[in-house]
Amino acid sequence: MNEERNACTIQVKNLVTHYGSRKILNGVNLDILTGETMVILGRSGCGKSTLLRHLIGLQRPSSGEIFINGQDITRMNDEQLNSIRTRMGVLFQGAALFNSMTIGDNVALPLQEHTRLNESTIQIMVRMKLSQVGLGGFEEYLPSQLSGGMKKRAGLARALAMDPEILFFDEPSAGLDPVVSASLDELILKLKKAFRMTIVVVTHEMASAFLIADRITLLDQGVVLASGSPEDIRASTHPKVQQFLQRKPEEASTDDQTYLEQLTK
Amino acid sequence: MTRAVAALGRGVLAGFTYLGGVSRLTKETLYWTFVAPMRGKGLRWKSSVQQMVVVGVNCLPIVMTIGFFVGLILALQGANELKRFGAIRFVVDLVAVTMTRELGPLITAIIVTGRSGSAFAAELGTMRVSEEIDALQTMGLNPTKFLVVPKLLATLFMLPCLTIASDFSGILGCMAFSIWEIGMSATTYFSAVRDALILNDIYTGLVKSLVFALVITKVGCFEGMQVSGGAEGVGKATTASVVKSIFLIIIADLIFTSIFYYF
Repeated sequence: MNEERNACTIQVKNLVTHYGSRKILNGVNLDILTGETMVILGRSGCGKSTLLRHLIGLQRPSSGEIFINGQDITRMNDEQLNSIRTRMGVLFQGAALFNSMTIGDNVALPLQEHTRLNESTIQIMVRMKLSQVGLGGFEEYLPSQLSGGMKKRAGLARALAMDPEILFFDEPSAGLDPVVSASLDELILKLKKAFRMTIVVVTHEMASAFLIADRITLLDQGVVLASGSPEDIRASTHPKVQQFLQRKPEEASTDDQTYLEQLTK
Repeated sequence: MTRAVAALGRGVLAGFTYLGGVSRLTKETLYWTFVAPMRGKGLRWKSSVQQMVVVGVNCLPIVMTIGFFVGLILALQGANELKRFGAIRFVVDLVAVTMTRELGPLITAIIVTGRSGSAFAAELGTMRVSEEIDALQTMGLNPTKFLVVPKLLATLFMLPCLTIASDFSGILGCMAFSIWEIGMSATTYFSAVRDALILNDIYTGLVKSLVFALVITKVGCFEGMQVSGGAEGVGKATTASVVKSIFLIIIADLIFTSIFYYF
């Protein structure tokens, strides 16, 4: 039992949450294993963004528990939560860069606030993180001078600044054209190979989900519909799962993969 | 009838909920401003000083200009009445006392509300909408400490300074009138001002300006933090912050003026 818990980085148990009197999540159970890439897939309004907000501690549930590395974050005070948060990185939908600061300062901020590194070391790390996401040399730019895809990359560099154990993505492809979002998927795959961290992606993009996921969880109306490897999901006979998959023709999902590979060559 | 009572009750409840929210933010801000630094959690001096420049230094010209005109207007209005009693010289006392005790702090607070309180609401509101506040939180950085405390420190420090500038330019406004209309010399004018004012006049004005500073920052920041629903929400919050903070400033002014009157 104990070993099993160690292998799980995140465990969600019976998570229930309301907005006012409307139930958004209705008993979600979810295990995310250490080092895997979990994609939480679902239609708009199925509660997947709400689930993410709970996982990163921005909202407290009505009931249920969320264990991160064996600690229940729903019962933590701010200080304990902050120490967990320094070990995770989040890329928000709109990148959420601080618009009044340069890209370099954005990436440097968590390092300046949470570590005692001196300024020159921080500058070196900032350059490193930015070149990891393909934005070397953009330190002095303001977020408003970058395109949508570059902003996301910069947001990713900031999320990576503290070398997190868990990386969260909220709709990585939202607002991006397919080429840019495919290259972002490619970047996620690269990070996955290079750092072996636990990655949680929330998205409604089927193509990118099947491309990057080790396991997929399908969320519908606040409950987990199905959970398993991409093959399991595709082979599922659950009518709602099939309905979701068939929004595109069946064979399209494999076509998407080759399509994406073509684009990212 | 019951509906009217219910509506009244809802209004009162909403009012108290609002005040509760503002005072929770105030408590948290005061903790991060005064208690947390003692426990080695640091204060963001650099951004506080930046805010001081924006809130205080950049506001100086407009505060002084308006102060000058208000002093002049007060002198013109007062002289009209006082002339009939042959007491036109007392216009100096009238303006000096009114400016330092009442109009200096009040007008400065209203200018700063319009200039900075609304800017606080818009800035924090935009950050809320673009998930920047969420991002701060997920980085383990407290948004109150990061965003609200520098604004509070800046306003607490700068509003009294601006108030003094406003008092002084109001008195200069009256001097223009006295020299030109009554034919006083500048030296006689200033010795008349010195006779008219006691130190307490200036103190009470400054105490009020500290309270106003608290109101402006808290309401502006609270409105900004509360924003939901995109650009329209930011606009609404900005408007609400100005209306509510002017209202609360007047209420606070009333309370403090009565305290000073009776004690």
